[in-house]
Amino acid sequence: MYKKSECLFESRFPALEYVLEEVVNENKKIIALTADISSRIVPRFVVNHPDRFFNFGIAEQNMFGAAAGFASAGLIPFAMTLSVFVTMRACEQIRTDIAYTNSNVKIIATGGGLAYGKLGSTHMGIEDISLMRSIPNMTIIVPADSVETTHAIREAVRFNGPVFIRFGQKENPIVHVNGLQKEFVIGKAIKLRSGNDISFIATGVMVSKAIEACNELKKLGIYASVYSFHTIKPLDKEAVLDAADSKYGLITLEDNNVNGGLGGAVAEVLGSEKPRPVKRIGIPDLYPVIGSPEELYKEYNMDVSAIVRTSMEMTKQDIG
Amino acid sequence: MKREELIHDLEEKAYLMRRETIRMIVESGSGHPGPCLSAADILTVLYFHVLRIDPERPYWEERDRFVLSKGHAAPILYTILAHRGYFPKEALSTLRQINSILQGHPDMTKTPGIDMTSGSLGHGFSASVGMALGGKLDKKRFRVFVMLGDGECQEGLVWESAMSAAHYKLNNLIGIVDYNKLEYDGEISKIMEIAPLVDKWQSFGWHTRRINGHNMAEILDALNEAIVIRERPTMIIADTIKGKGVSFMENDYKWHSIVDLKLMKEGLKGLGG
Repeated sequence: MYKKSECLFESRFPALEYVLEEVVNENKKIIALTADISSRIVPRFVVNHPDRFFNFGIAEQNMFGAAAGFASAGLIPFAMTLSVFVTMRACEQIRTDIAYTNSNVKIIATGGGLAYGKLGSTHMGIEDISLMRSIPNMTIIVPADSVETTHAIREAVRFNGPVFIRFGQKENPIVHVNGLQKEFVIGKAIKLRSGNDISFIATGVMVSKAIEACNELKKLGIYASVYSFHTIKPLDKEAVLDAADSKYGLITLEDNNVNGGLGGAVAEVLGSEKPRPVKRIGIPDLYPVIGSPEELYKEYNMDVSAIVRTSMEMTKQDIG
Repeated sequence: MKREELIHDLEEKAYLMRRETIRMIVESGSGHPGPCLSAADILTVLYFHVLRIDPERPYWEERDRFVLSKGHAAPILYTILAHRGYFPKEALSTLRQINSILQGHPDMTKTPGIDMTSGSLGHGFSASVGMALGGKLDKKRFRVFVMLGDGECQEGLVWESAMSAAHYKLNNLIGIVDYNKLEYDGEISKIMEIAPLVDKWQSFGWHTRRINGHNMAEILDALNEAIVIRERPTMIIADTIKGKGVSFMENDYKWHSIVDLKLMKEGLKGLGG
């Protein structure tokens, strides 16, 4: 039967909300926790499942600590708020109460990367992936679109242990316009395009940009592979090594600080197993100026034309 | 058992728990003796009389939970758990040794009987709120008991948790503050005053009761009262003495940690060891 969560939403929040409703109907252990942000993320869930919803107010540390307590009582909490407050304000709760205890808590982080670019660095989750990567027992998923979102939530429910699921902008283009062509497996990247010159290892909002850049490059006679690394931890090493077979090297693309995120993870694998040139496209190691996400992607050479430019430089450099 | 007999029995057990705890800290050469001794009587009453637990089934879903939010007092809890049969008493001599199940702060994944990992102050209390909420949601009858240190009450997280427990009317959550008035650096009132503690908990919506935390009858009465309180969580503010039971440790903040191992061995003799 056709499920609402499988609709192709441009926005990922409705997908998140519909899939949460579906899973809570299937599994009564699921509950939702928020820190005064429910009306933005899961308004329908609050109305339809008031008994399974807990608002902790603007007290993120307590929400994540309590989430560990809920999990110890056998429940499956989905605790959600803005990524910067998830990963920084409540970092110790996530590390000590949730990850160290390997508790079955699902962490939903919204506004990751430059999504809240107009609000300033106080609200930007620009280091969240790097922070979560350094925490043992943590699984990190960054869906590229609403299709991956639906699958990520379902797989997170099946998976027993902490999962950090990170969302960026509320709306972004659908990558999997015909639905997923193969099974969504945590820790397994999805190859979306094949090309021998260069490989794009992308995650989250950057996947659709990588596909656009791939289409542009084709016109210039440069052929790129594109992978959606929806899971950043555990990293799909096999896919990284496969991508490393490209003629000129790899470009990693992420809406996160270029230090310690997807690019860092890929470089770690290649450095020890298959040294290849890697360019890391992402947020530079600074506090961004303010602007809309698209303006900021341009400002920091993360937009499609910058990806094309970087790709051309990479191929020329190698030739020259 | 008559009440007088029960109290006498609990006093004897607490004496034994103190001795075995000091013995394990001496053997280990590191640990927090002072905070263990102030909590000894309350933990003895909980584990030998109040908690509905089954050491044969440490993960029994309906069991009462206990969270030692002042996780640095782990040795007294380990001693009690071993004497209740959660693991062999021989394990007590492995405290803080490599690969031991008994580390400096409680770990629920390593030690049978530990319901929540703790040690980072404020965290255990926050988790106990989630446990109590989870129990209510699933209509379970278990109660959640949590012990906080008085110095721990300086953590902001404690008050976030306090607010949420009252908001959700967690009458299945019972806290005890081990109010020994001392922290690592000295007197709480000089470092960062937390008084008036009873007023603070009351204004956060908690039922409160102040007791002598070394008087078995008062501990029993306060816990029995807390269990039947409706609509509100209870915080028992227990006046205690840091280092209680070893004369030279009593009320000396320096005995938060080991000051002098040789002297501590002498103290063991005073406890009949």
